[in-house]
Amino acid sequence: MHNFDFVKPGTVADAAAALQGDEAQPLGGGQTLIPTMKQRLAAPETLVSLIGIAEMQGVCKTDAGELSIGGATTHATVEAEAASLFPGLAGLAGRIGDPAVRNRGTIGGSLANNDPAACYPAAALATGATIRTDKREIAADDYFQGMFTTALDEGEIIVEVRMPIPEKSNYQKFLQPASRFALTGVFVAKYADGVRVAVTGASEEGVFRWTEAEQALGSNFAADAISGLSVSADGMINDLHGTPEYRAHLVKVLTGRAVMAAA
Amino acid sequence: MVSVSMNVNGKPASGEVEGRTLLSAFLRENLKLTGTHIGCDTSQCGACVVHVDGKAVKACTMLAAEADGSEVKTIEGMANADGSLGVVQQAFQDHHGLQCGFCTPGMVMSAAALLSENPNPSEAEIREYLEGNLCRCTGYHNIVKAIMAAAGQDVSKIAAE
Ligand SMILES: Cc1cc2nc3c(=O)[nH]c(=O)nc-3n(C[C@H](O)[C@H](O)[C@H](O)COP(=O)(O)OP(=O)(O)OC[C@H]3O[C@@H](n4cnc5c(N)ncnc54)[C@H](O)[C@@H]3O)c2cc1C
Ligand code: FES
Ligand code: FES
Repeated sequence: MHNFDFVKPGTVADAAAALQGDEAQPLGGGQTLIPTMKQRLAAPETLVSLIGIAEMQGVCKTDAGELSIGGATTHATVEAEAASLFPGLAGLAGRIGDPAVRNRGTIGGSLANNDPAACYPAAALATGATIRTDKREIAADDYFQGMFTTALDEGEIIVEVRMPIPEKSNYQKFLQPASRFALTGVFVAKYADGVRVAVTGASEEGVFRWTEAEQALGSNFAADAISGLSVSADGMINDLHGTPEYRAHLVKVLTGRAVMAAA
Repeated sequence: MVSVSMNVNGKPASGEVEGRTLLSAFLRENLKLTGTHIGCDTSQCGACVVHVDGKAVKACTMLAAEADGSEVKTIEGMANADGSLGVVQQAFQDHHGLQCGFCTPGMVMSAAALLSENPNPSEAEIREYLEGNLCRCTGYHNIVKAIMAAAGQDVSKIAAE
């Protein structure tokens, strides 16, 4: 790993100022960035640690019925603090990686990285989350722009993620046991005015919404409602862990399971 | 260079480190606490697990600078005050929870973190909690058994495997 300067500001404003510098990059929990730097795939000159920023920590319910999650909140904290407010999200957070990864990794880091097999992007897209940065608010539907690509500008900080709390939700993760990421994962969220279904780990374009299933489940929220649908294998990821056809099949199976388990 | 100071196993420790110095390197090279092992250095194996402010973390995937001001506990801090083995360590010895011993410091630290969150875990909960701790020797059975025993459960009926 190349050397860098380390700074740990206490406010978003100070972090944003530090990120104006040449080759400066935010550091969340480091669970992706530190391994990436060890491989010299990233070599920032300054790392701006966000974990000391109090306004980016914690989980609470807003007056508008949304779950507000600070951008530097760890997966373990979301698992604990969202448990009664939004159990579908707490269940997702509690199955990311392993306990040590969950004690460091943050929601902001996960959404900024947008790994095609990551879990949080599915929840953000399925809930129609708002991603608030130090500069603006971005709707989840506009935020995800393909594998490892997002609407974020260089040095832009995810300060908060707000997710409308569904009536019922569930995340089904089909584990890829070597990486402990999702081989394929599906988040189903049921609202008074409709259902949203987001799929991770499957498409070469990254996380996406399965709109046919959303329509079918919107009129009948039961696993049977999607039995007549099929998912095309076109554009699905092909690797040694699974073929495109296998992933397409998993999307439907996991969606059905998520509907049955939704609480 | 960054100045870091932390409490390690109850004693103050400080030093001047580079930004890129990992917590694992600071513990092993600056403080000579070589009980924290480095297996993969890629956050997969869990041999380097230590506690930072009471929580299990992979010391190879945390910067020493990030641990500034923290309470750190390593395997060297797990013995009793009189130098005898702590409960989890003793259970690993009694139930043959190790063979080569390379993964053991991380296993013991993860087990201790689990027991502080969940004092009476089921076998399934133990296996799930150890998802990020890899062992190439034991096949995990005796590790799980040792942790059940450390939690005060009766393991006499569980066959050695
Ligand atoms: C063994 C292992 C298993 C894992 N399993 C899973 C899994 O099952 N599911 C899953 O979803 N993930 C998994 N992960 C990834 C994990 O969730 C990471 O924590 C996460 O992807 C990155 O979060 P971080 O806080 O560690 O970010 P970092 O590693 O610190 O940063 C990642 C990227 O995001 C940027 N960044 C960080 N915070 C912010 C912010 N607030 N605003 C803007 N940019 C920011 C950084 O500059 C960097 O580019 C796993 C990781 C490991 C090591
Ligand atoms: S050495 Fe840290 S996880 Fe393997
Ligand atoms: S005892 Fe050898 S790796 Fe676990």
